[in-house]
This record gives sequence, C-alpha cells and structure tokens, in this order.
Amino acid sequence: MTALATQQLIDLSYIAAVIGFILALKWLSSPVTAMRGVLIGEIACGVAVLATLFDPQVTHYKWIIIGLIIGAAIGIPLGLVKMTAVPQRTAMSHAFGALSAALIGIGEYYVGTAHLTKFEMLEIGLEVIIGSLTFTGSLIAAGKLQEILPQHPITYKGQNVVSLSTLGAAVVIMLILMAHPEYTHLFQAMIVVALLFGVMLVTPIGGADMPTVISLLNSYAGFSAALLGFVLNSKVLVVAGALDGASGFILSVIMCKAMNRSFTNVLFGAFGQVQVSAGKVAEGRTVRSASPEEAAGILAAANKVVIVPGYGMAVAQAQHKVRELFDGLTKRGVDVKFGIHPVAGRMPGHMNVLLAEADIPYDKMLDMDEINGDFPQTDVALVIGANDVTNPAARTDHSSPIFGMPILEVDKARTVMVIKRSMGAGFAGIENPLYYLDKTLMLFGDAKNFAGAIVRELAGGHE
Amino acid sequence: MPADFISNLFVFILAAFLGLELIKRVSPLLHTPLMSLTNALDAIVLVAAIIIAGRHETKLSTVLGLIAVAASFSNMVGGFLITDRMLHMFRAAKAKK
Repeated sequence: MTALATQQLIDLSYIAAVIGFILALKWLSSPVTAMRGVLIGEIACGVAVLATLFDPQVTHYKWIIIGLIIGAAIGIPLGLVKMTAVPQRTAMSHAFGALSAALIGIGEYYVGTAHLTKFEMLEIGLEVIIGSLTFTGSLIAAGKLQEILPQHPITYKGQNVVSLSTLGAAVVIMLILMAHPEYTHLFQAMIVVALLFGVMLVTPIGGADMPTVISLLNSYAGFSAALLGFVLNSKVLVVAGALDGASGFILSVIMCKAMNRSFTNVLFGAFGQVQVSAGKVAEGRTVRSASPEEAAGILAAANKVVIVPGYGMAVAQAQHKVRELFDGLTKRGVDVKFGIHPVAGRMPGHMNVLLAEADIPYDKMLDMDEINGDFPQTDVALVIGANDVTNPAARTDHSSPIFGMPILEVDKARTVMVIKRSMGAGFAGIENPLYYLDKTLMLFGDAKNFAGAIVRELAGGHE
Repeated sequence: MPADFISNLFVFILAAFLGLELIKRVSPLLHTPLMSLTNALDAIVLVAAIIIAGRHETKLSTVLGLIAVAASFSNMVGGFLITDRMLHMFRAAKAKK
C-alpha cells in the first residue's frame, strides 16, 4: 500500500473514533445505555490506536511497547481503586492527561525549533503553559484529596497578585519567544513558571470547593489536548479535547451554580475571608438530641423518609450501614429516598457512586431539584454527614455568607434528624440554624455507628 | 493565520458545542463516571505520543514520547476500567429480587 493510501486509512479510522466518542457521550445520558457508551468508547480508542501503529512515521516500536507496558502497569491499579478514592484518582488522571499533552508539545518544540513560525510558537507556547499548569495543579488537588497535603485553603496577603503575575510571566516569556525564537533556553523557563503557577492556582482552594476545582482541571486537561490538536494539526485530538473540555466546563458551571458562586469567586478564594466574619455563634440556643432507640421509633413510624448524605458519610464509611437502614425501613413499608446536593462529596456525582456501590438502587437517588418539592410531604429528613447544603440560612439570612446558595430544604420536613459528631461547623465555618429548630433532633455520634445502632433497634423492635 | 488553524478552529467550535449539548443531557447520577469516561477518551493523545516515540528523531523527543505514551495509556486503561466498574454498580430498584 502506498504511504498516501495508508494515511487516508488512518484518517478514516480517526473519523470512526470521533463518531465513537460522540456516541459514548450520548449513551452516557442514562444508566440504562451507559455501559454501551463505555464499550463504544473503548472500540473507538482501540481502532484509532491500532491504526496509528501503521503510520509510516512510526519506525521504531521498542519505546512505544515499553511505554504501553508502563502505562498499563500504572493504569490498571488506578482503575481498581476503592470508590472512596475516586476523587483523587480522577485528579491523578487529569495530571497524567495534561502531562502527556505538555510533553508532546515540548517534544514538538525541540524537533521543530529551526522552522517554527510565530503562530506555531504561539500555539505550542499556550499548549505547553496550559498543560504544565494543569499537571502541577492536578497533582496538588490529588494530594489534598488523598490528605497528604493540608485540605484547608492556604492563603496569604497579596496572593492573587503574586499568582497572576506568575501566569503573566509565563505568557510574557512566550511572547518573547515568538519575537526571538533563538532564545531557546527561555522555553524551559516558561515551563518552570507555568508549573509553578499550577501549584499557586490550587493551593489556596480546598474543602467544599474541591468539586469545582476538579471540574475546572478536567476542563483544562481537555483544552490542553485540543490545543495539542491545533499544534499537530490533528482533528481527532481537537474533537476529543473539545468534548472533554466542554464536559469539565459544564460540570464546573453546575458546581458553581450549586454553591451560588462565580468562577472568579472560587478561583480567587473568597471563602477564606468569609470564614472569619461568619462566626455568628448561637448563644443560649438549645438543641434536642435523641438516642438510637428514639430515632428508630420515629423512623419506623414514618411513611416517607428522605436521607440526605454528605461527605461526612463517606469519611465515616457509613454507606453500607446506610444501605442496611434503607433495607430495614423499606421492609417495614417506609418509602425511603435519597436527596443529593450537586456539591455533596469531593467531586461531581461522588455520593451517587458511593451509594450505588453500597447497592442502593439509582432510582431512589434524586438530585436537589427533584427532591426539594417532596420535603413538605416528608415525615423524616435524615441528614448524614451533610451540613452547609442543608443550611436554611442560605434562604433566609441575607447576612449569611452562603445566602442564595441552593439548598436541600430539609427544614420543610415534619421531623429533621441530623447524625453529627458534634456541634462543630461545616467546611465554610458557618453556624447552621437547622440544628436549633424545634422539629430537629440531633443524633450525636459517628455516622457508621449511629446508623448501625438504628438498624439494630429496628431489627430488635421487629422481633 | 494559517489555513490549518482556521479549519481546526472550525472543528473545535463544532465539537465544543456538540459536547455542551450532549453533556447537558447526562444525568447528575452519572457525573463521576462522566468525568472518568471523558478522561479515558481524552487519552487519545496517545496517538500523538505513539508517533513522537516511534519517529525516533532525537533522544529527547523519544524520551518525552515514551513518558507521554505511558501517561496517556494509563489514563485510557484506568479510565475505562473504573468507568466500567462504576456503571456496573448502578442498578434500578426493579432488578432487585
């Protein structure tokens, strides 16, 4: 076969791959067809990779095979992590994606330095800057999620000025390189500065903002792949990068809306400052607490129960006990549903995956908009490890830092029960008036143990 | 501006809008698998990494290509694997008993 015909076949295989990518995303819209989406995605990637191996430019296979073996050795364990570790795994995969895009761009630069036009320098420069900052930013995010690094935001005075100047410096170096391509050593300086900026970008963000950050990094990783497509004039990369970038972008928008915050607000960390002023302590107010026995009695007498899980449930590894509670109540004819806030957990959809792992049917998991209308008809809203996303101050108190944030309106249920370790405040450090309502019962204890105790009471009462 | 850039931009804009429309329809239930699946699809940069590593031009470009092949292939394998595992867990209530 002539080289031209081979190239055309490879291009056709890339078109087939692109069709596969689009179908994969289309089928992911529902849990019923989602498995088919994964399969078509796998076929699409397989076809494109196999075809590339026949590219006439590929003359040596040794390093490719070694790379594939190393990749499989890293990728398979990362595909087998526990469901609670999915957020940090995802951050790591953003890091790897950005790393490979950046390295290919760097490789192109050093191979092509002699004959780069100004425009090509601009494309490579932008691609390498975004890839590099996404790489280090994602590593920091993964470190925070794995709790190797401190999770709380690290801020200092003048931080935004320093960070933005760093990004500016990377861009200026790129502009100098466009004008004076002979200063090749500046390219390395640009990479270092961009890597540094990635660290600065994510370090000040933490806690409740992790779902937004992880979505933003998703978006950057996608766009760096798309830019690489521009550099290499590869349409398959442009399409895959654009789809991934669009996905991360939409998730970021959803996360920001769910917290009633803007992108700039998340990026330039307003919560850090808010934390100090928000210490509106409720002096003299009392809470009512209840024992597992009392809680079990109220739950067993209910017709309709909505469980609101939060990150605290994942920390306490309570999802399997929650599932037993779900079973125990369902067996007694109680209608049990789960109400899930978009930013519950450490990444978009995190709670759903944990509950699904515990074998809770997905049609019992409702998102905020679906469940909020149900609370006035709900006998018991049981909050497990969630705090700020249930805070009625977001609806009523104009001075509250989370005012305007959409919440799960658990306070509209007839009875509210909150499993909580202590009266400590949530991520945002904000007092939750929900706990002082007359209809609220505080169930103090570890989520897993308390849920287990209720399950035992329910079983005991039945015999 | 080179002609290649314009045609790539054309493709990019179309794909981005298509992506926005498709992803808006993904149920919030599946946002975590969505992220791991798009990650795996994005690992298609592997095709570019293969060419860099297999072209064998300079020692530096081969080493960069090797690392890029490993990084992107690990994303592809790991991304599909974990998406598959997660989706297997999602089942409807009717399937019960």
